[in-house]
Amino acid sequence: MSTDTNTAVETKRESLFSKKNRKLLKDPLDDSNPITVQVLGICSALAITVQLQQAVIMSLSVLFVMIGGNVIISLLRNLVPDRIRIIVQLVVVASLVIIVDQVLKAFQPDISEKLSVFVGLIITNCIIMGRLEAFALGNKPGPSLLDAIGNAMGYAWILLVVSIVREIFGSGAISLPGMGQVKFLPSSWFISEGGFYENNNLMILPPMALITVGLIIWIQRSRNQALIEEN
Amino acid sequence: MAINKNGTGYTFGFAIVMVVVVGAALAVTAMSLKPLQQANAADKKMMDILGAIKVDSQRDNAKALFAEYVTSRVAINASGTQVSVKQGDVNATDATDPFNIDIKKDYRSHKPAKGDLAWGNADDLNFPVFECQKEGETYYVVPMVGSGLWGPIWGYVAMEGDMQTIYGAKFDHKTETPGLGAEIKEDFFTVKFEGKTLEEVGPTYFSVLKGGAVTNEHSVDGITGGTITSKGVDEMLNRTMGIYLKYFNNEQRAQR
Repeated sequence: MSTDTNTAVETKRESLFSKKNRKLLKDPLDDSNPITVQVLGICSALAITVQLQQAVIMSLSVLFVMIGGNVIISLLRNLVPDRIRIIVQLVVVASLVIIVDQVLKAFQPDISEKLSVFVGLIITNCIIMGRLEAFALGNKPGPSLLDAIGNAMGYAWILLVVSIVREIFGSGAISLPGMGQVKFLPSSWFISEGGFYENNNLMILPPMALITVGLIIWIQRSRNQALIEEN
Repeated sequence: MAINKNGTGYTFGFAIVMVVVVGAALAVTAMSLKPLQQANAADKKMMDILGAIKVDSQRDNAKALFAEYVTSRVAINASGTQVSVKQGDVNATDATDPFNIDIKKDYRSHKPAKGDLAWGNADDLNFPVFECQKEGETYYVVPMVGSGLWGPIWGYVAMEGDMQTIYGAKFDHKTETPGLGAEIKEDFFTVKFEGKTLEEVGPTYFSVLKGGAVTNEHSVDGITGGTITSKGVDEMLNRTMGIYLKYFNNEQRAQR
């Protein structure tokens, strides 16, 4: 009996996990990844991936702004006047970002200091404005929410991978918010202590972030030939 | 009656409602988080002051260490006379507590003319000094603020008990160029100030020199590629020290 009513609801209102909706979540992780395929939001991806904890906080901030922006714009989609729709999107994104910035300053002051202007720059992150304009304005809140989660996660996993690589090779450590930096290499390994190992300072500099992102793109395209563009 | 969604009246109405709603939401957020943010800023200030006397602190123990090392907080006026003195716990809401003097704000509102090392228009300002006791020695921590290439720079300089020798320094900046001017906050730069002395007669008490110049006990080498930021540190030091030295001289006369 209960299964009957469930299927009835599903056929009427399309299940949250229908094939189409799963695609919304899954595509941005790989086939239409905002960073590696669409090459959006690169600026912040290069600048704040020195440490894992910064990348985690940045990803959470983008996730929050992305979900908030997509859902709000989707709810307002029939009310927003066409002529000022970009301004409306900008105002919604900007206020969400300011809220994030204020919350970080209050609860994570050190990380907020390290992220400095890049939290504010989420406002101009093309991923967010792009999804609002391309998706949320024309879809219901449910799918918009999934689209937001998908895209934010697509952004996040690249950030996390890049920052893990950079932090391990650049500082020989891993850091998480609230735990501080955990150094896992014994200090006797380092040349300064008479050992053989030295941290690669190049990894800390922005060029290595670009190269790491490039490596991810390379691996992704050799696995998924469909992404390779023909000339 | 259907509303014309693209009419001018509707567009204006929508914009006005949106601005009011967003404005209210942001105001509520900012006001409810303000106490926490101010507490964080106060912790950071304590960490910086402790850093100038080479005491390492974290956010969670800054308050306790500050209470342990900083014996009194003094406010002086521009002619070097003591106006008020506070001891004991820092009260964040007490405007007369020298700890709460916002020198960055004062600097913005009383910006000295370019090259005005005497800071001629600072007459109505108060300046804080933090008297510290560490291992039986007295140190005086002097906060300072100035302008770098892109934005404000600031710092804390600790003077030894003789009020002439620099014991430690800590600088920071808002938006200086990473790798160039931003290096003023790094230890390799601040460590050069330690043990140097101020000249007795101004207006140049101390110099941050350009480009590998020969330095003496009254000067340090600036940062290559960060000339304007280095100059900013130089100017900030001299302008601030001009005022504090008046106070230090009064103090020394009183001690003799």
